[in-house]
Amino acid sequence: MSEEKKLPRIEIIEKYCKGCHICVEFCPTKVLEMKGFVVSVKDLSKCIKCMQCELRCPDFAIKVYAE
Amino acid sequence: MAYDYDKYIRPGKLPHIWCPGCGHGIVLKGLIRAMDSLNLKKEETAIVSGIGCASRLPGYMDCCTLHTAHGRAAAFATGVKLARPEMNVILVGGDGDGTAIGGNHFIHACRRNIDMTYVIMNNYIYGMTGGQFSPTTPHLMKASTTPYGNPDPSFDIAKLAIGAGATFVARGTAFHANQIDKLIAEGIQHKGMSVIEILDDCPTTYGRRNKYKSVIEMMNRLKEVAVPVKAAEKMTAEQLQGKILTGVLYKADLPEYCAEYQKVIERSQGGAK
Amino acid sequence: MSKKVAFLQGNEAAAHGALYAGCNFFAGYPITPSTEVAEVMSVELPKIGGKFIQMEDEIAAYAAILGASLTGKKVLDATSGPGLSLKQELIGYACIAEIPCVLINVMRGGPSTGMPTGPSQSDVMCAKWGTHGDHASITLMPASVQECYDMTVQAFNLAEKYRMPVLVMPDEIIAHMRERIEFREPGELEVIERTAPSVPPAEYKPYDTRFGDVPPLAAFGSGYKFHVTGLNKMQDGFPTTKAEIVQAEEERQVRKVMDKVDEIVDFEEFMMDDAEICVVAYGSTSRSARYAVNVAREQGIKVGMFRLKTFWPFPDKQIKAIADKIKGFIVPEMNLGMCSVEIERCNMGKAQILCVNRVDGEPLNPDQILEKIKEVK
Repeated sequence: MSEEKKLPRIEIIEKYCKGCHICVEFCPTKVLEMKGFVVSVKDLSKCIKCMQCELRCPDFAIKVYAE
Repeated sequence: MAYDYDKYIRPGKLPHIWCPGCGHGIVLKGLIRAMDSLNLKKEETAIVSGIGCASRLPGYMDCCTLHTAHGRAAAFATGVKLARPEMNVILVGGDGDGTAIGGNHFIHACRRNIDMTYVIMNNYIYGMTGGQFSPTTPHLMKASTTPYGNPDPSFDIAKLAIGAGATFVARGTAFHANQIDKLIAEGIQHKGMSVIEILDDCPTTYGRRNKYKSVIEMMNRLKEVAVPVKAAEKMTAEQLQGKILTGVLYKADLPEYCAEYQKVIERSQGGAK
Repeated sequence: MSKKVAFLQGNEAAAHGALYAGCNFFAGYPITPSTEVAEVMSVELPKIGGKFIQMEDEIAAYAAILGASLTGKKVLDATSGPGLSLKQELIGYACIAEIPCVLINVMRGGPSTGMPTGPSQSDVMCAKWGTHGDHASITLMPASVQECYDMTVQAFNLAEKYRMPVLVMPDEIIAHMRERIEFREPGELEVIERTAPSVPPAEYKPYDTRFGDVPPLAAFGSGYKFHVTGLNKMQDGFPTTKAEIVQAEEERQVRKVMDKVDEIVDFEEFMMDDAEICVVAYGSTSRSARYAVNVAREQGIKVGMFRLKTFWPFPDKQIKAIADKIKGFIVPEMNLGMCSVEIERCNMGKAQILCVNRVDGEPLNPDQILEKIKEVK
């Protein structure tokens, strides 16, 4: 078995999130989902650290910490 | 690593006032990355706006910020820049503020080629007042004051800026988020008037009336219509039908206003010709 | 005598007064009959390293001086009637954002384009009530070329001291007439500088009332970062709709002037000691009034003149005191009755009020005023 891949940490600042869906839609591996009106992480293992969610979020609500 | 936007955000000012899915936040982040990439000092940077949704941007920036009257940003900013040419002066605002009520100031700031950077967020609508048509609302589109379709032709902001004399003109979109900071940074570095038009979305007052089902559909439209200038060179007129060029559209090296005025000072004192 | 003496127009004198006061930024737009102010500034400012810019329109000119003032410059704009109308929104901006600036408005006939080369005094109400919303106004009325110079210095002092827009309003006659004037020696007139903040940038708030009704104003580019808006604001400069803050700030913006009326208001009393009739006049009209008073005195009529040097704030206290002592006011004006409305307000029905009004582009002549003086019963 190969070495376990190091997962990033995705921080969601819920009080900033306005639920626009942009991050969910433009995540190429569908890591995120909407839970009620705010975004949450559905499957972190799929994250490829492309940072698209952080880049596109209009509300400063997502931070991706990756090595 | 996560980008540290807090470096330029005024403490305690987030969340911002913009609607869910509004691209203004994406532009704000692009502006911060641009300023950060150039290491602009906050206390030496003035951010000037008029009135409207986009014009609320300066309030979030931890700089010298000036939220002026409707349409007047370019005229106020001209005063700031000429009075203190060593400051970085960045204007932000929307299409209605900048090209309707502020149209005269906009073209004359371009004509003077004064060293300022104007980021215009073009969402084709007056958002703050509830969605009236603006000078950039496309023909036949719906707004609260064009219920039967817009009879007006529209401005092309970038062409207007080039025609008026701006010496750096670029266009990006809210979809192409990672290009925004590069265009703005190049504009800030350019000596002279730079205009960066960012095609933006207003899901609340424009999308809703014009049958866009979601913010995502509006973002995807920006993705589809945008053609980088380089790519456009290889495309036929037919292929370019309905497309909008993005990237640096125009760049020229011409005398800058504050530098020219410095020569006036020298001539008045009997110095350089 | 080493004093520099010159034979100047009122407009030229006003420009030189601005320079004496330390004005180092001018923005303007050409308009008759004020253009000479801009012309002098375009010659003189670059010589001292100052900046002159001719903007694309009247609104832009006022906007540019407000931007420049926020960087710490002493700023001037000059215009006339239609330009005054156009600038009104931004005069309000200067009131609410509390930005020091001086505007010279040369009064010509109106409304609209009216009579561009004819004198008038019909902008006096516009100076107070032209911009929307509650606000105080400081408006000065020179009556000679020397006063164009001196009052422009005073206007800068008031603008910087009270952190607000100040108007100097010569009528076209005063602005274009030529008289001998003395350039003031350095130190001869007081020159007031804006109060700079005494706290470090991290503690600075642009509307910090701990420092009184006129909070210190920092300059953009001097190390201080702050926010300026035309919205109702809190002490830190950010917008608010909180009722108690909006109420308090609005009241302070008016109070900072109205509490200092006695310091601000300037006037001249001429032969008023035993007067039974008072001619209230300002600008060029006061020159005709002075002549009429002299002639009337020769004929044994007990008449004097109260000359308004400050039109706004209006000298309520002085006019009220005069109203208690006299039989009648004569109010000559090159408008159809503007100052007379204020006199009526202060008079409270006590004395007779007779108006002399002329709006045909001709100056009021002493005979017209004398005639009215004789009508007082």
